[in-house]
Amino acid sequence: MQAVEVQLRALMLAGLSGDAASYRALLGVAAARLRLYYARRIGADHMALEDLVQETLMAVHTRRVTYDRSRPFTAWLHAIARYKLIDYMRSHHMHSGVSLDDAGGLEGPDELNAATARLDIDRLLETVPAQTRELIQAVKVDGRSIEEVSAASGLSESAVKVAMHRGLKALASRIKRSE
Amino acid sequence: MTVDGTDKLIDELVTGLKPVRSSHLRDRLVLGIGLGIAISAVTMVLTMGLRPDFTSALATGPFWIKFAFTGLLAGAGATAVRDLARPNGFARSVAIVGGLTVLAMTALAVSQLLTSPLGDYRRLVMGSTALACPWLIVLFAIPILVTGLWTMRTMAPTRLTLAGAAVGLLAGAASAFVYAFSCDESAMPFVAIWYGLGIAITTLIGAAVGSRALRWR
Repeated sequence: MQAVEVQLRALMLAGLSGDAASYRALLGVAAARLRLYYARRIGADHMALEDLVQETLMAVHTRRVTYDRSRPFTAWLHAIARYKLIDYMRSHHMHSGVSLDDAGGLEGPDELNAATARLDIDRLLETVPAQTRELIQAVKVDGRSIEEVSAASGLSESAVKVAMHRGLKALASRIKRSE
Repeated sequence: MTVDGTDKLIDELVTGLKPVRSSHLRDRLVLGIGLGIAISAVTMVLTMGLRPDFTSALATGPFWIKFAFTGLLAGAGATAVRDLARPNGFARSVAIVGGLTVLAMTALAVSQLLTSPLGDYRRLVMGSTALACPWLIVLFAIPILVTGLWTMRTMAPTRLTLAGAAVGLLAGAASAFVYAFSCDESAMPFVAIWYGLGIAITTLIGAAVGSRALRWR
């Protein structure tokens, strides 16, 4: 299990038993994680970024009874973050009042699909080891070259290729199993 | 909104932090849904009363089968409500229990029809209250549906239609359970069809209402 998960879960359990200092620490770490999470999806300079972070923190607080203490905390947090993101996108497009004959109207569902597809990819990626995940993310999702990634990670190019190949194979079999 | 604003928000959320018992979620669901069932049961007793042959019916099989059928479905619904109240909750095992219950009830109904003369079919299927039964079940389910959805709204469901359907299944089955104290029909085909229909309608209402009403504020 990841170190972050162990740390956050401990803070959450302490927070649920009424320890304000732990709870404050938890919300601080959660806010930073959420900022990264939303920045990757809607862009770091997006106006709504901090709104989403705050709304999610409020949801975490008011709905904290729904955290199952026997389950991972980060999965619970991400599920709430994901719901808030989809909800934000949905209501955003609803309130924009775009009419059907406006070409822009067609973008709504596509953007949402792209966003949920992105979320699915991220969720899948969370199932492979951290280093492999970063490699796949850099090359396949962000579109960087093998040479660049190799230089940045300090691994040889063939090592990068082998790790990615293994990771993608694991992902492919996971997708097949879940179908 | 700024990062400073987020720090302030965290200060506010931490101020006056109260401990949360691990049984809190279950307790709140039991309280909310229990209240709905109580309202439904009291209304049923006051308006319709118990079946006139209540004490003699105690000794018959169909009396208990009705409670087993509706009770098992209500149990499946309650488990689904509990699971779907959490983010990313799923209710696959519940679907299996619910499916098997419906299957068993259908088997009882079919076997009773197969062992009866054709002339009895109308009585076995329609009884004398067929057209009122499903609607009364839906009607007595309304208080449970309202308090159930109300409680679910304060939880964190992320599959809103499914969560609404779970509340609907629980409301419909619990209402049918309550209704069985008043209804003196005892043919298996009647119970399978009309009780089943009442519960199914309530489940659909729950799904339709839930997809909107359960959105987080």
